Amino acid sequence: MHEMGIAQQLVEIALCAIPDDIENPKVEKLNLKIGKLASVVEHSLTFCLEIITKDTPLENARLAIDVVPVIVHCKSCDNEWEVKDSVFKCPFCEDGDVEMLTGREIEITSLELAE
Amino acid sequence: MEINIQKRVLEANDSEADINRKFFKGQNVFVLNMMSSPGSGKTELLCKTLGRLMPDVSVGVIVGDICTTNDADRLEVTGAKVTQINTDQFGGDCHLAAPLIIASAKKLGCDDLDLLIVENIGNLVCPAEFDIGEDAKTVVLSVTEGEDKPLKYPLMFRVADAAILNKIDLLPFLDFDAELVVDNMKKVHPHLPVFEISAKTEQGLEPWLEWLKVKVFEKTGR
Repeated sequence: MHEMGIAQQLVEIALCAIPDDIENPKVEKLNLKIGKLASVVEHSLTFCLEIITKDTPLENARLAIDVVPVIVHCKSCDNEWEVKDSVFKCPFCEDGDVEMLTGREIEITSLELAE
Repeated sequence: MEINIQKRVLEANDSEADINRKFFKGQNVFVLNMMSSPGSGKTELLCKTLGRLMPDVSVGVIVGDICTTNDADRLEVTGAKVTQINTDQFGGDCHLAAPLIIASAKKLGCDDLDLLIVENIGNLVCPAEFDIGEDAKTVVLSVTEGEDKPLKYPLMFRVADAAILNKIDLLPFLDFDAELVVDNMKKVHPHLPVFEISAKTEQGLEPWLEWLKVKVFEKTGR
Protein backbone atom coordinates (compact mmCIF):
# COMPACT_ATOMS: atom_id res chain seq x y z
CA MET A 1 0.00 0.00 0.00
CA HIS A 2 2.33 2.71 -1.26
CA GLU A 3 -0.39 4.48 -3.24
CA MET A 4 -0.41 7.40 -0.79
CA GLY A 5 3.24 8.15 -1.62
CA ILE A 6 2.47 7.90 -5.32
CA ALA A 7 -0.60 10.13 -4.92
CA GLN A 8 1.51 12.76 -3.11
CA GLN A 9 4.09 12.76 -5.90
CA LEU A 10 1.34 12.96 -8.52
CA VAL A 11 -0.21 15.99 -6.86
CA GLU A 12 3.15 17.72 -6.56
CA ILE A 13 3.94 17.18 -10.25
CA ALA A 14 0.44 18.22 -11.35
CA LEU A 15 0.40 21.41 -9.26
CA CYS A 16 3.81 22.46 -10.63
CA ALA A 17 2.53 21.93 -14.19
CA ILE A 18 -0.36 24.40 -13.86
CA PRO A 19 0.70 27.76 -15.39
CA ASP A 20 1.00 30.54 -12.80
CA ASP A 21 -1.06 32.98 -14.87
CA ILE A 22 -4.27 30.98 -14.65
CA GLU A 23 -6.63 32.35 -12.04
CA ASN A 24 -8.43 29.82 -9.84
CA PRO A 25 -7.42 26.82 -11.92
CA LYS A 26 -9.57 23.73 -11.72
CA VAL A 27 -8.24 20.39 -12.93
CA GLU A 28 -10.97 18.24 -14.47
CA LYS A 29 -8.92 15.24 -15.43
CA LEU A 30 -5.53 13.66 -14.76
CA ASN A 31 -4.24 11.37 -17.49
CA LEU A 32 -1.94 8.59 -16.30
CA LYS A 33 -0.08 5.66 -17.78
CA ILE A 34 0.22 2.67 -15.44
CA GLY A 35 2.04 -0.49 -16.48
CA LYS A 36 0.37 -3.82 -15.78
CA LEU A 37 3.37 -4.93 -13.75
CA ALA A 38 3.48 -1.73 -11.68
CA SER A 39 2.25 -2.27 -8.17
CA VAL A 40 -0.53 0.30 -8.25
CA VAL A 41 -4.14 -0.37 -7.36
CA GLU A 42 -6.44 2.11 -9.11
CA HIS A 43 -9.07 2.08 -6.37
CA SER A 44 -6.47 2.81 -3.67
CA LEU A 45 -4.88 5.57 -5.73
CA THR A 46 -8.27 7.23 -6.34
CA PHE A 47 -9.06 7.02 -2.63
CA CYS A 48 -5.70 8.58 -1.64
CA LEU A 49 -6.08 11.36 -4.20
CA GLU A 50 -9.56 12.18 -2.94
CA ILE A 51 -8.14 12.73 0.54
CA ILE A 52 -5.09 14.82 -0.31
CA THR A 53 -6.54 17.00 -3.08
CA LYS A 54 -9.25 18.55 -0.92
CA ASP A 55 -9.20 22.37 -1.23
CA THR A 56 -6.63 22.25 -4.05
CA PRO A 57 -7.08 22.83 -7.83
CA LEU A 58 -7.12 19.03 -8.16
CA GLU A 59 -10.16 18.46 -5.97
CA ASN A 60 -12.66 16.18 -7.76
CA ALA A 61 -10.34 15.70 -10.75
CA ARG A 62 -11.08 12.48 -12.61
CA LEU A 63 -8.36 9.89 -13.09
CA ALA A 64 -8.04 8.46 -16.59
CA ILE A 65 -5.65 5.53 -16.55
CA ASP A 66 -4.15 4.10 -19.70
CA VAL A 67 -3.08 0.56 -18.70
CA VAL A 68 0.14 -0.39 -20.49
CA PRO A 69 0.67 -4.07 -21.34
CA VAL A 70 3.87 -5.90 -20.43
CA ILE A 71 5.86 -6.09 -23.68
CA VAL A 72 9.21 -7.83 -23.67
CA HIS A 73 12.00 -8.33 -26.18
CA CYS A 74 14.06 -11.51 -26.49
CA LYS A 75 17.73 -10.65 -26.85
CA SER A 76 18.46 -14.06 -28.38
CA CYS A 77 15.90 -14.26 -31.22
CA ASP A 78 14.85 -10.58 -31.37
CA ASN A 79 11.13 -11.35 -31.03
CA GLU A 80 8.73 -9.17 -29.05
CA TRP A 81 5.54 -10.30 -27.35
CA GLU A 82 3.07 -9.46 -24.61
CA VAL A 83 3.64 -11.27 -21.34
CA LYS A 84 0.57 -12.76 -19.75
CA ASP A 85 0.37 -14.98 -16.66
CA SER A 86 3.80 -13.76 -15.44
CA VAL A 87 5.74 -16.03 -17.83
CA PHE A 88 8.79 -14.25 -19.26
CA LYS A 89 10.46 -17.16 -21.03
CA CYS A 90 10.59 -16.60 -24.79
CA PRO A 91 7.78 -18.58 -26.49
CA PHE A 92 9.73 -18.56 -29.79
CA CYS A 93 13.23 -19.74 -28.83
CA GLU A 94 12.61 -20.68 -25.16
CA ASP A 95 15.57 -18.57 -24.05
CA GLY A 96 15.23 -16.44 -20.96
CA ASP A 97 17.42 -13.47 -21.78
CA VAL A 98 14.62 -10.95 -22.16
CA GLU A 99 14.28 -7.24 -21.48
CA MET A 100 11.10 -5.45 -20.53
CA LEU A 101 10.10 -2.73 -22.97
CA THR A 102 6.88 -1.61 -21.30
CA GLY A 103 4.73 -2.56 -18.33
CA ARG A 104 6.38 -0.81 -15.37
CA GLU A 105 5.19 2.74 -16.12
CA ILE A 106 3.82 5.00 -13.40
CA GLU A 107 3.56 8.25 -15.34
CA ILE A 108 1.48 11.36 -15.51
CA THR A 109 1.01 12.23 -19.17
CA SER A 110 -1.18 15.34 -18.99
CA LEU A 111 -3.86 17.18 -17.09
CA GLU A 112 -7.00 18.87 -18.38
CA LEU A 113 -8.08 22.22 -16.98
CA ALA A 114 -11.66 23.54 -16.94
CA GLU A 115 -12.14 26.39 -19.44
CA MET B 1 -7.18 23.12 -21.93
CA GLU B 2 -4.86 20.15 -21.88
CA ILE B 3 -1.38 20.58 -20.38
CA ASN B 4 1.19 18.06 -21.52
CA ILE B 5 3.40 16.72 -18.69
CA GLN B 6 4.97 13.28 -19.48
CA LYS B 7 6.71 12.70 -16.15
CA ARG B 8 7.51 9.58 -14.19
CA VAL B 9 5.84 9.76 -10.80
CA LEU B 10 8.74 8.05 -9.02
CA GLU B 11 11.26 10.43 -10.60
CA ALA B 12 11.94 12.12 -7.25
CA ASN B 13 12.75 8.78 -5.61
CA ASP B 14 14.88 7.71 -8.57
CA SER B 15 16.90 10.96 -8.42
CA GLU B 16 17.55 10.34 -4.72
CA ALA B 17 18.54 6.76 -5.55
CA ASP B 18 21.12 8.10 -8.02
CA ILE B 19 22.53 10.35 -5.29
CA ASN B 20 22.77 7.29 -3.00
CA ARG B 21 24.49 5.30 -5.75
CA LYS B 22 27.15 8.00 -6.18
CA PHE B 23 27.65 8.16 -2.41
CA PHE B 24 28.07 4.37 -2.13
CA LYS B 25 30.48 4.38 -5.08
CA GLY B 26 32.54 7.04 -3.34
CA GLN B 27 32.58 4.92 -0.19
CA ASN B 28 33.48 1.82 -2.25
CA VAL B 29 30.82 -0.26 -0.53
CA PHE B 30 28.58 -2.88 -2.17
CA VAL B 31 24.91 -2.39 -1.28
CA LEU B 32 22.44 -5.27 -1.20
CA ASN B 33 18.70 -4.67 -0.94
CA MET B 34 17.21 -7.75 0.73
CA MET B 35 13.45 -8.13 0.32
CA SER B 36 10.87 -10.76 1.26
CA SER B 37 7.43 -11.31 2.68
CA PRO B 38 7.08 -11.05 6.47
CA GLY B 39 8.28 -14.13 8.33
CA SER B 40 10.44 -15.63 5.57
CA GLY B 41 13.42 -15.86 7.92
CA LYS B 42 15.32 -12.89 6.53
CA THR B 43 16.80 -11.82 9.87
CA GLU B 44 17.92 -15.36 10.77
CA LEU B 45 19.48 -15.70 7.32
CA LEU B 46 21.28 -12.38 7.84
CA CYS B 47 22.53 -13.42 11.29
CA LYS B 48 24.03 -16.59 9.79
CA THR B 49 25.36 -14.76 6.74
CA LEU B 50 27.06 -12.10 8.87
CA GLY B 51 28.44 -14.75 11.21
CA ARG B 52 30.15 -16.48 8.29
CA LEU B 53 31.28 -13.37 6.35
CA MET B 54 32.81 -11.40 9.18
CA PRO B 55 35.49 -10.44 10.00
CA ASP B 56 36.90 -11.11 6.48
CA VAL B 57 34.15 -8.98 5.00
CA SER B 58 33.21 -5.85 6.93
CA VAL B 59 29.40 -5.64 6.96
CA GLY B 60 26.86 -3.06 8.06
CA VAL B 61 23.08 -3.44 8.10
CA ILE B 62 20.21 -0.99 7.77
CA VAL B 63 17.08 -2.67 9.09
CA GLY B 64 13.65 -1.49 8.00
CA ASP B 65 10.50 -2.23 9.95
CA ILE B 66 7.28 -0.41 10.56
CA CYS B 67 7.71 -0.79 14.33
CA THR B 68 10.15 -2.28 16.91
CA THR B 69 13.93 -2.66 16.97
CA ASN B 70 13.71 -6.46 17.41
CA ASP B 71 15.57 -7.32 14.21
CA ALA B 72 18.33 -4.76 14.83
CA ASP B 73 18.78 -6.13 18.36
CA ARG B 74 19.19 -9.67 16.96
CA LEU B 75 21.68 -8.54 14.31
CA GLU B 76 23.81 -6.43 16.66
CA VAL B 77 24.85 -9.61 18.47
CA THR B 78 26.82 -10.62 15.35
CA GLY B 79 29.15 -7.65 15.84
CA ALA B 80 28.05 -5.93 12.63
CA LYS B 81 27.24 -2.23 12.64
CA VAL B 82 23.45 -2.00 12.63
CA THR B 83 20.97 0.84 12.41
CA GLN B 84 17.18 0.67 12.42
CA ILE B 85 14.64 2.61 10.38
CA ASN B 86 11.09 2.55 11.71
CA THR B 87 8.59 3.87 9.19
CA ASP B 88 5.75 4.42 11.68
CA GLN B 89 6.93 8.05 11.92
CA PHE B 90 6.44 8.34 8.13
CA GLY B 91 2.88 6.99 8.22
CA GLY B 92 3.86 3.31 8.47
CA ASP B 93 5.29 3.08 4.96
CA CYS B 94 5.46 -0.48 3.65
CA HIS B 95 8.83 -0.02 1.92
CA LEU B 96 12.08 1.89 2.31
CA ALA B 97 12.38 4.78 -0.12
CA ALA B 98 15.68 6.19 -1.34
CA PRO B 99 15.76 9.38 0.82
CA LEU B 100 15.62 7.34 4.03
CA ILE B 101 18.62 5.23 3.10
CA ILE B 102 21.36 7.84 2.76
CA ALA B 103 20.71 9.39 6.17
CA SER B 104 20.93 5.95 7.80
CA ALA B 105 24.04 5.03 5.81
CA LYS B 106 25.77 8.23 6.95
CA LYS B 107 24.69 7.62 10.54
CA LEU B 108 26.08 4.08 10.33
CA GLY B 109 29.33 5.21 8.66
CA CYS B 110 30.26 3.33 5.47
CA ASP B 111 33.94 4.22 5.00
CA ASP B 112 35.13 1.04 6.75
CA LEU B 113 32.49 -1.26 5.17
CA ASP B 114 32.79 -3.68 2.24
CA LEU B 115 29.12 -4.61 2.26
CA LEU B 116 26.01 -2.74 3.35
CA ILE B 117 22.86 -4.83 3.55
CA VAL B 118 19.47 -3.14 3.62
CA GLU B 119 16.92 -5.46 5.20
CA ASN B 120 13.80 -4.03 3.64
CA ILE B 121 10.34 -4.13 5.16
CA GLY B 122 8.64 -7.53 4.85
CA ASN B 123 6.40 -7.11 1.79
CA LEU B 124 6.50 -8.73 -1.66
CA VAL B 125 4.81 -5.79 -3.42
CA CYS B 126 5.97 -2.25 -2.65
CA PRO B 127 9.75 -2.59 -2.04
CA ALA B 128 10.15 -3.98 -5.57
CA GLU B 129 8.99 -0.65 -6.98
CA PHE B 130 11.49 1.61 -5.17
CA ASP B 131 15.11 1.98 -6.26
CA ILE B 132 17.27 2.80 -3.22
CA GLY B 133 20.59 3.06 -5.09
CA GLU B 134 21.56 -0.54 -4.38
CA ASP B 135 23.96 -2.68 -6.43
CA ALA B 136 21.82 -5.83 -6.24
CA LYS B 137 18.43 -6.96 -5.03
CA THR B 138 17.60 -10.33 -3.51
CA VAL B 139 14.27 -11.83 -2.57
CA VAL B 140 13.81 -14.41 0.17
CA LEU B 141 10.86 -16.80 0.04
CA SER B 142 10.32 -19.59 2.54
CA VAL B 143 8.84 -23.04 2.01
CA THR B 144 5.88 -22.23 4.27
CA GLU B 145 4.53 -19.66 1.82
CA GLY B 146 3.14 -21.37 -1.30
CA GLU B 147 4.64 -22.38 -4.62
CA ASP B 148 2.74 -19.83 -6.71
CA LYS B 149 4.08 -16.72 -4.94
CA PRO B 150 6.52 -15.85 -7.78
CA LEU B 151 3.60 -15.82 -10.25
CA LYS B 152 1.45 -13.76 -7.89
CA TYR B 153 4.19 -11.18 -7.23
CA PRO B 154 6.05 -11.17 -10.56
CA LEU B 155 7.66 -7.74 -10.26
CA MET B 156 9.53 -8.75 -7.11
CA PHE B 157 11.01 -11.85 -8.76
CA ARG B 158 11.59 -10.00 -12.02
CA VAL B 159 13.69 -7.23 -10.44
CA ALA B 160 15.65 -9.57 -8.15
CA ASP B 161 19.24 -10.48 -9.01
CA ALA B 162 19.08 -13.61 -6.86
CA ALA B 163 16.43 -15.52 -4.92
CA ILE B 164 16.70 -17.57 -1.74
CA LEU B 165 14.34 -20.37 -0.88
CA ASN B 166 14.63 -20.54 2.90
CA LYS B 167 13.61 -23.00 5.64
CA ILE B 168 14.29 -26.08 3.49
CA ASP B 169 14.86 -28.06 6.71
CA LEU B 170 11.05 -28.02 7.03
CA LEU B 171 10.44 -29.72 3.66
CA PRO B 172 10.00 -33.26 5.08
CA PHE B 173 7.11 -31.99 7.21
CA LEU B 174 5.29 -29.96 4.56
CA ASP B 175 3.19 -30.57 1.49
CA PHE B 176 5.39 -28.16 -0.49
CA ASP B 177 6.90 -28.78 -3.93
CA ALA B 178 10.33 -27.08 -3.93
CA GLU B 179 10.92 -27.95 -7.59
CA LEU B 180 7.66 -26.24 -8.57
CA VAL B 181 8.45 -23.00 -6.72
CA VAL B 182 11.89 -22.82 -8.37
CA ASP B 183 10.21 -23.47 -11.76
CA ASN B 184 7.81 -20.62 -11.07
CA MET B 185 10.68 -18.28 -10.15
CA LYS B 186 12.37 -19.21 -13.44
CA LYS B 187 9.16 -18.60 -15.41
CA VAL B 188 9.21 -14.99 -14.19
CA HIS B 189 13.00 -14.61 -14.37
CA PRO B 190 14.60 -17.45 -16.37
CA HIS B 191 18.23 -16.69 -15.49
CA LEU B 192 17.60 -15.97 -11.79
CA PRO B 193 20.15 -17.66 -9.50
CA VAL B 194 18.19 -19.52 -6.78
CA PHE B 195 19.79 -20.67 -3.52
CA GLU B 196 17.99 -23.33 -1.48
CA ILE B 197 18.93 -22.73 2.14
CA SER B 198 18.07 -23.50 5.71
CA ALA B 199 19.27 -20.51 7.70
CA LYS B 200 18.57 -22.53 10.84
CA THR B 201 20.81 -25.51 10.01
CA GLU B 202 23.05 -23.55 7.57
CA GLN B 203 22.38 -26.19 4.89
CA GLY B 204 23.03 -24.69 1.45
CA LEU B 205 24.52 -21.48 2.86
CA GLU B 206 27.90 -21.78 1.13
CA PRO B 207 26.83 -21.10 -2.53
CA TRP B 208 24.89 -18.03 -1.36
CA LEU B 209 27.93 -16.70 0.54
CA GLU B 210 30.12 -17.30 -2.50
CA TRP B 211 27.70 -15.42 -4.77
CA LEU B 212 27.67 -12.50 -2.34
CA LYS B 213 31.47 -12.45 -1.89
CA VAL B 214 31.99 -12.40 -5.67
CA LYS B 215 29.55 -9.48 -6.01
CA VAL B 216 31.34 -7.53 -3.25
CA PHE B 217 34.73 -8.25 -4.82
CA GLU B 218 33.55 -7.22 -8.30
CA LYS B 219 32.63 -3.77 -7.02
CA THR B 220 35.12 -3.06 -4.26
CA GLY B 221 38.13 -5.12 -5.36
CA ARG B 222 38.24 -6.54 -1.83
